[in-house]
Amino acid sequence: MNSTKPDRRGFLKGSAALAGLAVGAIPFVNGKARAADEPTTKRGVTPDDPVIEDLAYGGRSGFETTTRAHSVGVLNATGLRNLTPLQDTIGAITPSGFHFLVLREQHLPNIDPKEHTLLIHGMVDRPLVFTMDELKRFPSVSEVHFLECTGNSGVMHYKSYLSDMKKYPDVAKDVRFIQALHGRTSSSEWTGVRLSLLLKECGVQSGASWIVAEGNDTEKHAKSMPLEKCMDDVIVAYGQNGEALRREQGYPLRLLVPGWQGVNNVKYLRNIKVVDKPYYFQSETTAYTNLRPDGKASIYESQVGPKSLITFPCDGHQLNERGYYQITGLAWSGRGAISRVEVSTDNGRTWKDAVLQTPIYRKAHTRFRFDWNWDGSEAVIMSRCTNEFGDIQPTFTELAQMWGNAREPHIPAAEVIKFWETANISEFLNNPIQPWKIGKDGSVKDALYTNLNIKV
Amino acid sequence: MRFTPISISRSSSLLAVVALFACVAAMAQSPTYKMGRTPTEAEVRAWDHAVGPDGKELPPGSGTAVEGAKIYAAKCSFCHGKNAEGNFPFARLAGGVGTLNTPTPQKSAASYLPYATTIWDFINRAMPRDAEGTLSPSEVYAVTAFILFKNGTIKETDVLDKKSLVEVVMPNRYGFFPDPPQSKPDKDHSWLPYWDQVKDLRQNDKAFGGR
Repeated sequence: MNSTKPDRRGFLKGSAALAGLAVGAIPFVNGKARAADEPTTKRGVTPDDPVIEDLAYGGRSGFETTTRAHSVGVLNATGLRNLTPLQDTIGAITPSGFHFLVLREQHLPNIDPKEHTLLIHGMVDRPLVFTMDELKRFPSVSEVHFLECTGNSGVMHYKSYLSDMKKYPDVAKDVRFIQALHGRTSSSEWTGVRLSLLLKECGVQSGASWIVAEGNDTEKHAKSMPLEKCMDDVIVAYGQNGEALRREQGYPLRLLVPGWQGVNNVKYLRNIKVVDKPYYFQSETTAYTNLRPDGKASIYESQVGPKSLITFPCDGHQLNERGYYQITGLAWSGRGAISRVEVSTDNGRTWKDAVLQTPIYRKAHTRFRFDWNWDGSEAVIMSRCTNEFGDIQPTFTELAQMWGNAREPHIPAAEVIKFWETANISEFLNNPIQPWKIGKDGSVKDALYTNLNIKV
Repeated sequence: MRFTPISISRSSSLLAVVALFACVAAMAQSPTYKMGRTPTEAEVRAWDHAVGPDGKELPPGSGTAVEGAKIYAAKCSFCHGKNAEGNFPFARLAGGVGTLNTPTPQKSAASYLPYATTIWDFINRAMPRDAEGTLSPSEVYAVTAFILFKNGTIKETDVLDKKSLVEVVMPNRYGFFPDPPQSKPDKDHSWLPYWDQVKDLRQNDKAFGGR
């Protein structure tokens, strides 16, 4: 910063100058900032309370009020705010402060990176302990990847949403439908060292086929993962969106498992044991398995299917006049890059290609945009995506049918859907096409979950 | 129009690493960077507590449901109910055997899990909340025995230890698929084999877009 230039950035001249301002603060820091066209005594400076320290890290305008939403269901009681406000997201990167989180315990770990180490042992020639400093000295990679909770978009979350509307109306009224149902997905640039590199430093022994990864949170969250995936693209990450991981994202170290459900991405990563079989932890058996109506459940299925979602307009938005609107949303796939997103504005009768934001990263949120003129009549809009392998996003019914066909004996879609509606289970791997219904009054409502036969 | 995927997820620095690996592959994974230190035995032992189905990491100690009942009443029942019946959102731990293939499945830890070691591991790892790691191995064996007894899986006087715990045959032992789990991707690099079904399904989908 050139401190002699009396330009519009003059307010940043230096701490002495700032301290000299009697009132005056930074317009993009404080809550009660002036309107843009309001006259000021100094350019870029408002007559507001100074919070100079805020400039040390920066903050958003006080006009911006979007936040993560309360988790629905019982977690309301904790006041945990963990759901990404997809309805207000811009572009393809989720700001770290909006990144969803799942906390399976009461405490948010607060780990001193100087004390933190990563131990790798088990079926290796050389068990090793790495400090954070050492991990950061290894060749690093930065990659953009989405991270999605296993249960995101599940019918179980709709049940919780309905039950919350009854039980905690004061809290639930502020939770947007899209956040409650789909807000467990986010996309960041992650930086770290490849797990494969660390494993090779330790020398993986023949016969090894899985790993066990554990965090240093109070629950010591543990997860088994096939070695083959770990030797492929898994990152031992310490950076997120250009800075250290946020505390709620596993500071100082976490696993980032591209394209795989959130539960695999062990936070506060402390311990990796190389083994020859999966360990059937609680977090991969009683939870995160997928029960079918025939009583059988899938296990260790982690890859996220091709998925897309219109984030504007979506449930809760209001179109105030006819005319031009840009339909926009996000698409992602756990297997590869998104190659195509199509949008329908006539309830799925016809489809047209949306424009994809570039560059398109593998296993990352991809923003799509679609020009649309609303003529004021009722409309149902939806998106569907295809990945580079030709995998396509299913409708809700197709998803149910696919699940019914996952093993013998096959189960009809209607029976699977009925099971999702009535059984008190968690169902996972949810990537159905999400239709939004626009009323003649310009209101936008969900047109999928609302039609289910669910009693709470 | 159709868009060609552009992949720049592999940075040039990674390519350098990959190239480096190509060079060292012939050396059977000898260390390249020479960072990190050898852990002490005690350091490894402190983190070698994860217990899988073969139970080889299980520590010595033993317990029965009779002993477990007292510990359970004092430290577990507040959340999980007197008889391990659960209290939403606190998990049901026992009961519900035979309901998994009904319209109202009652999943409990003991009725649903394929291996008893999972119960031992999770109690030892994460319970009781706010006092994790305070139960002795024998206490963990005893509470595990209590839960399995309440589920009708073992007798009240059965002794659980390193050997007998892994021999418990859980009622839902064969309820999961694929068995064994997928440990390698298919030829197309996919870990979820049935996504390509959608194409076939869509051929016959007359009511596409609706529910």
